[in-house]
Amino acid sequence: MSMSATLSHSDKSRELVTMQVAGQPFGIPVEFVRDVLGNQGISRIPLAPGAIAGSLNLRGRIVTVIDLQVALGRGRTLEPERAMNVVIDYNGELYSLLVDQVGDVLSVPRAAVEPLPNTIGAVWRTISEGVVKLEQDLVLVLVPAALLSAAVVANGVGLTQ
Amino acid sequence: MEDYIKDFLVETAEALAMLDNDLVRLESDPGDSQLISSIFRTLHTVKGTCGFLGLTKLGHVAHAGENVLGRMRDGTLVATPETVSVVLRCVDVIKVIVATIEMTGGEGTDDYTGLIAELDAVFRGSPPSATPAPLPQPQPQAQPEPPAYGDSDELQALFDATPGPEAVKAKPALPAAPIERREAATKASTAPATAAAVTADPTASAVKSAIAQPQREASLANQTIRVGIELLENLMTTVSELVLSRNQLLQLLRAEKDSPFAAPLQRLSMITSELQESVMKTRMQPIGNAWSTLPRIVRDLTRELGKKIELVMEGAETELDRQVLELIKDPLTHMVRNSADHGLEPSAERLAAGKPETGHIRLVACHEGGHIIIQVSDDGRGLDADRIRRKAVQSALASEDEVAAMSDASVFRFIMRAGFSTAATVTAVSGRGVGMDVVRANIERIGGTIDIASQPGRGATFTIKIPLTLAIVPALIVGCAGERFAVPQISVIELVRASGSGEHRIERISDAAVLRLREKLLPLVDLQSLLGLGARNDGDRTAAERLIIVTQVGASHFGIIVDHVYDTEEIVVKPVAPLLKGLGVYSGNTILGDGSVCMIIDPNGIVARVGRVDVAPDVAAADSRSKGQRSGAHRQRMLLVKAGIGLRKAIPLEMIARLEDIDIGEIRRADDGRLLVMYRDSLMPLVPATGDLAMREAGRQPVLVFTEGKVPQADDGSHLDRRPRQIGLLVDEIIDIVESDVAVEIDSSRPDIVGSAIIADEPTEVLNVAYHLQRADGRWFSPGSEAVSHQHAEATAS
Repeated sequence: MSMSATLSHSDKSRELVTMQVAGQPFGIPVEFVRDVLGNQGISRIPLAPGAIAGSLNLRGRIVTVIDLQVALGRGRTLEPERAMNVVIDYNGELYSLLVDQVGDVLSVPRAAVEPLPNTIGAVWRTISEGVVKLEQDLVLVLVPAALLSAAVVANGVGLTQ
Repeated sequence: MEDYIKDFLVETAEALAMLDNDLVRLESDPGDSQLISSIFRTLHTVKGTCGFLGLTKLGHVAHAGENVLGRMRDGTLVATPETVSVVLRCVDVIKVIVATIEMTGGEGTDDYTGLIAELDAVFRGSPPSATPAPLPQPQPQAQPEPPAYGDSDELQALFDATPGPEAVKAKPALPAAPIERREAATKASTAPATAAAVTADPTASAVKSAIAQPQREASLANQTIRVGIELLENLMTTVSELVLSRNQLLQLLRAEKDSPFAAPLQRLSMITSELQESVMKTRMQPIGNAWSTLPRIVRDLTRELGKKIELVMEGAETELDRQVLELIKDPLTHMVRNSADHGLEPSAERLAAGKPETGHIRLVACHEGGHIIIQVSDDGRGLDADRIRRKAVQSALASEDEVAAMSDASVFRFIMRAGFSTAATVTAVSGRGVGMDVVRANIERIGGTIDIASQPGRGATFTIKIPLTLAIVPALIVGCAGERFAVPQISVIELVRASGSGEHRIERISDAAVLRLREKLLPLVDLQSLLGLGARNDGDRTAAERLIIVTQVGASHFGIIVDHVYDTEEIVVKPVAPLLKGLGVYSGNTILGDGSVCMIIDPNGIVARVGRVDVAPDVAAADSRSKGQRSGAHRQRMLLVKAGIGLRKAIPLEMIARLEDIDIGEIRRADDGRLLVMYRDSLMPLVPATGDLAMREAGRQPVLVFTEGKVPQADDGSHLDRRPRQIGLLVDEIIDIVESDVAVEIDSSRPDIVGSAIIADEPTEVLNVAYHLQRADGRWFSPGSEAVSHQHAEATAS
């Protein structure tokens, strides 16, 4: 259903929901985003991969919470309960990305998404399809599928578990 | 695909499922005119709809079948096993075509003219001599034709008059029908009451069917409605959410005094509960749905095996969750096949044994607490314990001494091991030795158990106990290191409060916790350390109050240490996210009454994680059984050995293939340090039983020989493709064989031992044989190295 919307968007422009994690702006295509939530009670999932912060209840559906910082190899979100949650729908499953801040929806021409320079770390290059240059910021465009698989393999840099 | 084709497919599938059973019933009661009419109508409807939808091929097949049924209805043809077989084949073909339409949208290219010719031959054939000629006496009571028949004629005319999309092709076959029917109708009026010659009281039954039929149909049609499963699932989710919101509201209400909302909220609460219950009921289905294919299967087996078999089904109305129903369908079918093929003797043998010629298979289902009990029993030859013993020894699953010492009940359990078949001949039906292990695995996967009882010559009974539903289960909500978890109650046997001073306290052998529970040592698993939630500090280890959830997995018992037990709650089980599938310790997750998410602990997963609880399943199995039946303590035969310094070691005797004394001079050391010895024409790897074992300089050293098949594996199916392997375990000294009550306490810190137990009044460590086998495994027995396994196969064969 959202496929057709995606296609028509991708003709000319892309809509990105922007967010900040550890000072770095990211954008995620708006068609994946289901919800943006404030502070949430998060239940821990012992033994889960480090990048999985736990799970939360979104109107009766269980959402797996992914700590973007860990997935990006940037340590861990210290107070996950106070972070913002960007809930995305991938293959019918809901995942929430823990972020510091959620910004506006950005509409950029498709051609504005440039490939990442190859000096950027490997993890970042796998989870991102490119970068959008704004006046102030460089926004990395996230690929949800790649992000989720990176979350499983991220062995939690700087974790104590 | 067009909607009306979909509707047709759904309706036809349902109608066909009924047809199978109706036809089997018809065979045993060929005079049941009501039944014949019902079958006739089903085929007729299929044919008619085909005309509308332009499904000519399907139409032809259904038409030919309908013709045969038409003659049966008219009483000019009697349902014999032969004619019924042909009609059953016709039904099968209809199923095939319907499935093809479902998959491809077309009828497929297969040619069915042969079958149609066969059906036509039956149709044209003269009435079998068994049917007495219709009696030419007028009977005014039977004169009024049942309305349904009249209707069908009109419908038929309508179908034929309607030019379908492929009317030209359809024509050759269709015009015949109305003529035949009119002929039949004329016949019926001169020779009324089709079943006259067959049934005892023809008029009564004909009249009864004429009256009862339309009424029953009308009432059934009004009582049920078809609803998509997806809709039901959505309904279930919505109701769960409603329950949660209700709970939150009630919690808020408790804080308020004299709230005007109190009364309406109470009502809302009650209505919500009722709604939840009703929605849950919509998921329930009678177990008869899983049995519906069995009469046909048994009927076909009867002919295939040349036996006379009667299938008796009781409690078909017993309801259980459709998810569980799906999961037990195949195991049940397999067990009924097994009973028919292996359980029941051929007719001659039965007569010789003084039994009735017809064998019986009984399927019984009933509720018992939150479970459903299903029994599959037969009155056949029963299980031959001695033959199973011999087979077990042959397959190297146990030694002669061991099987001799085992009770019949434990011997029967061998038949549920992978690759075990005692059937002397392999038939097309069964006997290949795959099956019962799959049955057991499937049943255990949904938290069920299976038990076997048998009396030689009197038959065998398989009793399955499974939960009613997997979707909503009662669970204990427990606390551990500040987190909450749900433990399904089905696996909980009891709760024990342990404290430093009380009756029960947690004791330690080496680093592992155990609990003395009714004179037994219960191995304990600390949930906190298992889940990596940090270690407890030593101070509160034994002193503080702890709760122990005594749990049963398959046949082994163990205790889970938790901090708190909060409550029991009916939880809605939701599958874990795909990202978490690999963790193993959780069977799902759920949302608790307060809206928070809670992981559901899977005791099976804990066993898998701890890894070695199941090393001695027979110890625990017998233990659990004796506990359940209060038939006294179970005693296990253990081999006591001295190996290295420290506690003496024990190995369940059952696992050991042979005890040997090997000349030190014959032991060779490979380049990489592995020890090998020439043993029974093959190189056998040797491993010391403990790291600190001192090899003798000269003379002989005792060795315990293990054959792979005898060492239970975590996964029963995985080692099927490999040949049995042997390893030798070097020990210092063989002390004794004792028979003792064994309760192993699990030690998760050391891989080389299962844990410790008090055996013959002395603390003893039970060796983990699987670990040692694994250690010797390495390159030597890697499944990929063909040459080695060949060499090994020869060695074991010799």
